[in-house]
Amino acid sequence: MGDLITNLSLGFATALSLQNVAFCFFGCLLGTLVGVLPGVGPIATIAMLLPFTFHLDPTAALIMLAGIYYGAQYGGSTTAILVNIPGEATSVVTVLDGHQMARQGRAGVALGVAALASFFAGTVSTLVIAALGIPLTRLAMLFGPAEYFSLMFLGLAFAVVLAHGSVLKAIAMVVLGVLLSTVGTDLETGEERLTFGVADLSSGIDFPVLAMGLFGFAEILRNLDTPQSRDVVHRAIGRLLPSWRELKQSALPILRGTGLGAILGILPGNGAVLGPFASYSLEKKIAADPSRFGRGAIEGVAGPEAANNAGAQTAFIPLLTLGIPPNAVMALMVGAMTIHGIIPGPLVMTKRPDLFWGMIASMWIGNLMLLIINLPLIGIWVRLLKVPYRLMFPGILIFCCIGIYSINNSPTDVLLAAAFGFLGYCLHKFGFEPAPLLLAFVLGKLLEEKLRQALILARGDFMTFIERPVSGVLIVLAVIVLALAILPAVRRGRQQAFHD
Amino acid sequence: MKRILIALATIAFSAGIAEAQNYPTRPITVIVPFAAGGPTDVIARIVGDNMSRTLGQQLVIENVAGAGGTTGITRGAQAQPDGYTIMMGHMGTHGAAPALYPNLKYDPTSDFEPIGMAAGTPILIVSKKALPPRDLKEFVEYLKANGPKLNEAHAGLGSVSHTTCTMLNVQLGIKPALVTYTGTGPALNDLVSGQVDYMCDQIVNLVEQVKAGTIKAYAIAMAERSPALPNVPTTKEAGLPEFQVTAWNALFAPKGTPKAVVDKLNDAPGQGA
Repeated sequence: MGDLITNLSLGFATALSLQNVAFCFFGCLLGTLVGVLPGVGPIATIAMLLPFTFHLDPTAALIMLAGIYYGAQYGGSTTAILVNIPGEATSVVTVLDGHQMARQGRAGVALGVAALASFFAGTVSTLVIAALGIPLTRLAMLFGPAEYFSLMFLGLAFAVVLAHGSVLKAIAMVVLGVLLSTVGTDLETGEERLTFGVADLSSGIDFPVLAMGLFGFAEILRNLDTPQSRDVVHRAIGRLLPSWRELKQSALPILRGTGLGAILGILPGNGAVLGPFASYSLEKKIAADPSRFGRGAIEGVAGPEAANNAGAQTAFIPLLTLGIPPNAVMALMVGAMTIHGIIPGPLVMTKRPDLFWGMIASMWIGNLMLLIINLPLIGIWVRLLKVPYRLMFPGILIFCCIGIYSINNSPTDVLLAAAFGFLGYCLHKFGFEPAPLLLAFVLGKLLEEKLRQALILARGDFMTFIERPVSGVLIVLAVIVLALAILPAVRRGRQQAFHD
Repeated sequence: MKRILIALATIAFSAGIAEAQNYPTRPITVIVPFAAGGPTDVIARIVGDNMSRTLGQQLVIENVAGAGGTTGITRGAQAQPDGYTIMMGHMGTHGAAPALYPNLKYDPTSDFEPIGMAAGTPILIVSKKALPPRDLKEFVEYLKANGPKLNEAHAGLGSVSHTTCTMLNVQLGIKPALVTYTGTGPALNDLVSGQVDYMCDQIVNLVEQVKAGTIKAYAIAMAERSPALPNVPTTKEAGLPEFQVTAWNALFAPKGTPKAVVDKLNDAPGQGA
């Protein structure tokens, strides 16, 4: 406990430096902006900004990128409530009751409750990360190559299960991602693989190139494809602070949402997405009058919003302690850390305690900032939502190209990103989700490395993955998860969860 | 006509000199061909920090890991020879690589302008904490008795840890399984947690773990003890005098980098220190 306080005070000392506060603020603001604008997600934004963080101090860079991430969760709900479009995948549920509240002239209250719920969940999950960080890091030291391999295998299994649509398509994406990660020079033999003689490929495909193409470019193409009409609420926003009665109504849903979101967020394979869904169905199930839901029930905003934010933050736990990204955004954080020469994993906490705890502390500060900056800025966000997309996308596109070019000063990279952009667009058209691909790409390199190390240690015996107890349990879990996904009953439930 | 040519040549030449005199006007990239946290990386960061102070420009470390450092050095060798991309090579990338990589895209003897030696680091023989031998003699016997059953970790094909430990294995006539990592950092991680049995590597990266007692150090492969670990005997004292090896790190620029620029870079570390 004493340790926790010392560590957190080191974190706050780092996070409260003028520079870091400024970057945190900038990240939160930018995050809210991209969260508000439908069609520009945090993945694309972080991918775009990745090359620009080269020359920043690593702590500041990561604080800013993290700010974008949870800021976007927050901005997403603003759009959900005001425009009836989820700005982010995780704010899909907020649309249901949030927009109804807005139509009844209670937009301000909905936004206020969303902000308070997010802040509370953010505070709790900051503490959860701080408390779980050290024990999990110790656990990580017991992990050998076989255990790491199995853990990543489990992560990919979850990525398959939690992806939208067909299981087969998700598996195809994961396999493609792993395959793309093998491009480059072989770790043990030094042979070039799948480079087709292109010198730029000899060190592999750069992560930002893939991420920006698959998400940044593809998202723009997709948005140009389907011009959206927006139903911006024209009524007055109304008072922002909820009344005492409304607060009392929201208190328990917020607590439950926080718990659910925090637990699901730790799951590998983007469990954070499930938080709001789980919270909403729970609140609906235990409500005295379930028919109120979908007609502006404040619990339907408070619970999912808390779950959303809690999950967004606890998703950092596997990244910071085991070095394994649970979702695509965290995979981008791995990219950002690697750019700065930090290998994500158990060593970060001992080697760079300022960075580790600074980032955790900054999350709390960021949440506080979001609470303060967002409520007064809602008017501006509403106006922004009315900016036509045709004015926005050329700027985004140019920004992307400059960013990619500046990584290696390589025109090949820009062309590659464009090709991946086209690939991403086609994938979307055919109903494939690119997020599992990106996650698999990041995990792929480690997966191969650990697989080969484990096999050398076991002298080529594949049983090592099952015979070692921790590894065996993880493999069995992965198999169960995959088997469940294929079972027809679960498949139907899964479809329903995403289409509700 | 001839005079004009001479004049033009003079102008071009003096322009080149002027450019070299102004050099550097923007940050310099130092390619470190190994993962961050390894010995080459640490040396590059220390030397780079000193050089930034003298040169008045930031030296940005870029870790391009893979294939025993040859991936990064290949990239460096093909970079613009303008002094804004230099690289930290070592005995693996510029000594052992041609023997290990048949398709190597650079020639260590002709594709580089050497800038200068950055460091010579002694090699330490270490093992996981749980390995039974108590000193080097016992360790050598243990290796000879259990050779094929043991696992040696190294930081990639052609890396210092790979080449030096291979020398040890050849001298002892043993063939352990070689487990490849992407750098000393991850390899050390698995040595500390006991997944692998032993490794040889540069002392800079092992000191802290040896001092903390998380791994065992048997001997240092040079004539005198190191002030960093005064309790660790030399291979000479401990009974394996033929195992003598020092790893070197040196800065290189791509072939064709102007001499004035190379000289300026050569001067930089000393003044800053």
